[in-house]
Amino acid sequence: MIVPTRVYYRVSLALLALFILTVAASFIHFGDWNVYIAVTIAVVKATLVVLYFMHVRYQTRLTWIFAGAGFLWLLILFALTMSDYATRS
Amino acid sequence: MVDLNSGHNPDHNPDHNPELAHQFEDMDQQKEAAALGMWTFLITEVLFFGGLFTAYIVFRTQFSEAFAKASHHLDIVLGGINTFILLGSSLTMALAVHAAQEGRKEKTIRFLGVTGILGAAFLVIKGFEYAHKFEHNLFPGASFGYDGFEPDHAQLFFILYFALTGVHAAHMIVGLLLLVVIAWMTARGRFSATYHSPVENFGLYWHFVDIVWIFLYPLLYLIDVTGRTQ
Repeated sequence: MIVPTRVYYRVSLALLALFILTVAASFIHFGDWNVYIAVTIAVVKATLVVLYFMHVRYQTRLTWIFAGAGFLWLLILFALTMSDYATRS
Repeated sequence: MVDLNSGHNPDHNPDHNPELAHQFEDMDQQKEAAALGMWTFLITEVLFFGGLFTAYIVFRTQFSEAFAKASHHLDIVLGGINTFILLGSSLTMALAVHAAQEGRKEKTIRFLGVTGILGAAFLVIKGFEYAHKFEHNLFPGASFGYDGFEPDHAQLFFILYFALTGVHAAHMIVGLLLLVVIAWMTARGRFSATYHSPVENFGLYWHFVDIVWIFLYPLLYLIDVTGRTQ
């Protein structure tokens, strides 16, 4: 299916708003929370790009699995690595 | 009889659609296979960058103060402008794919052109940033000179900065070369409203490279903005 262009413009506006939000948040001192806020906003932005610009929202279940697999393995890579480093005494 | 020149079997189906490769049942299946193939490649790309991001997490958690102070040497304005540029290029790329889906050749090429200009602008700005780092001896290696906090750990930050942004920039350069090829193929009339998988797959690649930057900007530039002294 062809996604209407207004969807692309709306997603772009959302991405722009989130970009401004991430810059604004970095100017406020939240201590350790700054990085979590920044990563959360980045994940939301990436999800919007994957779902709409990369059309995954409109694709078959099989495409969802393929798109999700890469990110799942990335999380495994992070989790197993950090389960070592974070538990060293 | 198989026609050796075209590879098609005219006896098999005289109404054979030339846009449909023989191994596929129909256009939908062919299209899905093309998207799945691209996503398979992108999974390898996610994990390719993932290794560097893992190194980043490991070292940033260990040397957080050195990383925070080293990040002060990155220009948040130039990095921000580049984030904005890439965001815009993702929009024009999506519009180029949209035009291709409608089978509108000139429009596709125009949007690809704008995307290419934005991509090139990104690389020019990145080039100025790199030049500034070299001038101030912030490129890791024998000439690295850093009089700030924990120079060895700061050097680790710059190794990751150059590795991550360098690999990203290499993907941008490849993207621009592919963009020229796709625009050329579009101009030659290789695509139509029913067949344009290469344009869509190139779009997937371009958006993926944008996603990498979505993470790089906050994780490299915006680590410790409140700790900057200017």
